[in-house]
Amino acid sequence: MNTLLVLPIMVPAITGMCALLARKARGLQRVISVVGATALFATGVVVAYTVQTSGIQAVQMGDWPAPYGITLVVDPLSAGLLAITGFVALAITIYALVGIDEMREKYGFHSLFHLLLMGICGAFITGDLFNLYVWYEVLLIASFALLVLGNEKEQLDGAVKYVGINLVASASFLTAIGLLYGLTGTLNMADLAGSMGAVREQGLEPVVAMLFLVGFGIKAALFPLYYWLPASYHTPPAPIAAVFAGLLTKVGVYSLLRIFPLLFPEPSGYTQGVLLVVAGGTMLLGVFGALVQRHVLRLLAFLVISAMGYVVMGLGFFTTLGLAGAIFYVFQDVPVKTSLFLIGGLMERETGTPEVGRMGGLYEYRPLLATAFIVPAFSLAGFPPFPGFWGKLTLIQAGVAQEQWTIVAVALVVGLLTLLVVAQVWGRAFQQSPALEDQEQFGAGDSWRVRSMLQGPVAVLALALFVLGCYAEPLFAFAHDAAVHLKDSGPYIQAVLGG
Amino acid sequence: MLYSLILRVAARILVPLLLLFSLFMLLRGHNLPGGGFVGGLVAASAFVLHVLTAGVHASRRVLRVEAHTLLGVGLACAYGTGLLALVMGEPLLTSLWVDVHLPLLGHLHLGSTLLFDIGVMLVVVGTVLLMVFSVEDRLPGLAEE
Repeated sequence: MNTLLVLPIMVPAITGMCALLARKARGLQRVISVVGATALFATGVVVAYTVQTSGIQAVQMGDWPAPYGITLVVDPLSAGLLAITGFVALAITIYALVGIDEMREKYGFHSLFHLLLMGICGAFITGDLFNLYVWYEVLLIASFALLVLGNEKEQLDGAVKYVGINLVASASFLTAIGLLYGLTGTLNMADLAGSMGAVREQGLEPVVAMLFLVGFGIKAALFPLYYWLPASYHTPPAPIAAVFAGLLTKVGVYSLLRIFPLLFPEPSGYTQGVLLVVAGGTMLLGVFGALVQRHVLRLLAFLVISAMGYVVMGLGFFTTLGLAGAIFYVFQDVPVKTSLFLIGGLMERETGTPEVGRMGGLYEYRPLLATAFIVPAFSLAGFPPFPGFWGKLTLIQAGVAQEQWTIVAVALVVGLLTLLVVAQVWGRAFQQSPALEDQEQFGAGDSWRVRSMLQGPVAVLALALFVLGCYAEPLFAFAHDAAVHLKDSGPYIQAVLGG
Repeated sequence: MLYSLILRVAARILVPLLLLFSLFMLLRGHNLPGGGFVGGLVAASAFVLHVLTAGVHASRRVLRVEAHTLLGVGLACAYGTGLLALVMGEPLLTSLWVDVHLPLLGHLHLGSTLLFDIGVMLVVVGTVLLMVFSVEDRLPGLAEE
């Protein structure tokens, strides 16, 4: 059992190291990368299975007992995210074999990608607040390097904004950690949950909650701190943008889901109100931004923001049903965003233009791509039978149960607007006949092998989402279980501290 | 590459001293201030001095291995320490200790922590040299070529 929990960190760590050592041999690097991603996926599945069959797992690093050492702990929320991370990582790795140019591979794309995965998995699995900060730094450093890999002017421009705002986020997060440590003397999350009385007595609970909200909110691209995301996510090549969109914002949202129910189970002051306002603003402004965008990856970047609002809305209700909806939504949003960005990259590649309005004819010439686009896009808009529908349905039910009519209305309107955005993209890029000079693009281009390596992962992601939408019950039960464990933190605390 | 006689003569003495001092820092670090990170920085500064006086190409030849390889080997040492504990049935990164008697050195109390520190040192040296080499390569005034 000990061994299993360190694998989500060690597998990408060793893969990254091997890729670094083999940096002269491009073929070997690619083999290492695919093997590593496969192993990570397998690890994630085994961890999820173990958690489901035998409950929350914890292990103490270096044999230092909690709360003094660092604990790795996996509850259903972490386990589900680990498995899904492995799944999309494998899809992105295969896509990247063709989608990343030789220059970027030579400058260490594969090792950086796996180090980024290590940071993401570490953040999902750690039970220590300061260690969470460290994992954030690991994934940020890797993402900075991935963002500027290729040295294009636009990339550096996006990276400056990304790095700048993330330093502010880290500072806010670190301040919150410092306050908590000063007041309680511990940073183990399970131990903190029992020591929050000191913070409440001082009346500092809302302060700490807001510092966390700013820190994680910047990383999750929440209103009003989201503007760095559309400025940077469209600059790197599609596979890198896909892993950013699919996983990086989710780490911020995961941290909110982890910290808030555990440390602030009955929030005092204005915490709940702020969360709901942030959720509404994020949903609305994200979709408004997407409505006016013409650049395909920028448009998708705005939709990433909008979707995060739904998750925060579920968190803001502070009920089991709300959390279950939020968790289900996060679970399905990872493959949705990943596949949309991969498809966005393919749309650019096939038509030779990033402008949605100038694309066209994709439905006629690339029917598989068009089919693969429908699934995540309509899942995003919340259309049955795609999985996004079930997530939104649960969230809205939770809102109705709480009689939070305003936010429910906002969520419904945003759903409609998202549908409008998706329908616009469909109409322009897929349905309308292509401009005359662009038509040659379809005939020439990639060989069959290249095309199958690009479209294969996208098709598999779409198929998985479709199956998930039609048969959502097991994943929903899993998400509900995760929500129950978040709401009642007793088993989590017991697993970490023992006794 | 700087053409300064004083610096060149000084470097000839300072580089070996700094390298020796870095080893001292590494070994001292177990119970006292020091350790792999500081040791690595000192060792890297020795190479930086060498780069400044002898040029990037000469330094690369002296280093023999590439900075990337140092990074990778350092990571391998650090991960190896962690995994060694796993193999021995302990949680990841647990320190392991052995007592050995050697004919000349006498009684030794060896821990896997040292291997981890050596890994950290190699990573630090590799990272700093990677940066210095690539900056020196591109600075027109300083580069020898």
